[in-house]
Amino acid sequence: MINTKYFYKGFKSIKGVGSPAIALAASFVAIGALLKSLGFTVEESIFSTLLTYALPGSLVMAESMLIGASLINIFLAVWLVNARLYPMTVALMPLLLHENQPRWKYYLSCHFIAVSSWLIMKNNYEVIEKKNRIDFWIGIGTATWTVAILATVVGYIASDFLNKDVLIGLAIINPIYFTCMMLSAMKTIQITLSVTLGAIIGPMFYFLSPEWCILFGGFFAGTIAFLIGEKNGK
Amino acid sequence: MANNIIVVIIVTSLATYLSRFLGVVSAEKIKETSKMFRWFNCLAYSTLAALIARMIIFPSGSLNEVDYLIRFIVVFLAIVIFYLTKKNLVYPTLLSGIILSLFNIYL
Repeated sequence: MINTKYFYKGFKSIKGVGSPAIALAASFVAIGALLKSLGFTVEESIFSTLLTYALPGSLVMAESMLIGASLINIFLAVWLVNARLYPMTVALMPLLLHENQPRWKYYLSCHFIAVSSWLIMKNNYEVIEKKNRIDFWIGIGTATWTVAILATVVGYIASDFLNKDVLIGLAIINPIYFTCMMLSAMKTIQITLSVTLGAIIGPMFYFLSPEWCILFGGFFAGTIAFLIGEKNGK
Repeated sequence: MANNIIVVIIVTSLATYLSRFLGVVSAEKIKETSKMFRWFNCLAYSTLAALIARMIIFPSGSLNEVDYLIRFIVVFLAIVIFYLTKKNLVYPTLLSGIILSLFNIYL
């Protein structure tokens, strides 16, 4: 059903010099502490990371609960902030699709799509034959998901020891990890331009709309990068 | 708390899974060699870059309390460490957290 050799190969991505474990753990420790302060039980906190596994979505959920937003408002706010997962999925799944692999694997494992797992897969897929990529991906996803769940528990339990200075230190780790991963991914004109323009145009749109700046900025930056790249042989 | 926590978690997870699910549905019709795929690839990278830039420039939460200049210095130092350590991701991530905490305490 799942080729264990490739599953473990993917799972092992949390070890070594490219490990996302520290960055993931740092942010989910902070989420665990935040959920505790909101009145979640430890089981509810685990359930939240288990089912959502997308950091900005969990943050928006927490913010919405604080202001007592309605369920439909929570749904829309989370959907909006996590809508980036749509282009990310479309940009990943065609690389993994293989006719001999059952479709359920794709529909279940898309749950593992989050920034760190996605960047690891995008940076490594070429070394795996297409038929085995989905099992490799499930390995990466299971590993990163497990780290996130364990870190949520640690954050929940340790929340009393996490003062403001520690939380500030934890908060920078994830963006730094993502920045370094993005720098490693800049190998073609299109990706280099996408990353550079996205980082410039995205924050510019913040002044027009803080809620939509990532999607609008990303859309414009990505489209410009695509068109320039197509003209210049990618 | 107006809503039951479990219901809120389920609503959050459905809102999140929706984009992933629709992504797989769309991906079934897109070949990895097509222009459409390359466009979505650009959109994905640029959206992520926008997200990361926002996390650093306009952070929500505790990072907000740190001065802009300190944030930029830490990002710059982390990138230097990343290249000095031959693209090791553990050192820049770990050190950035420690450096920022120390800057924040002593500056």
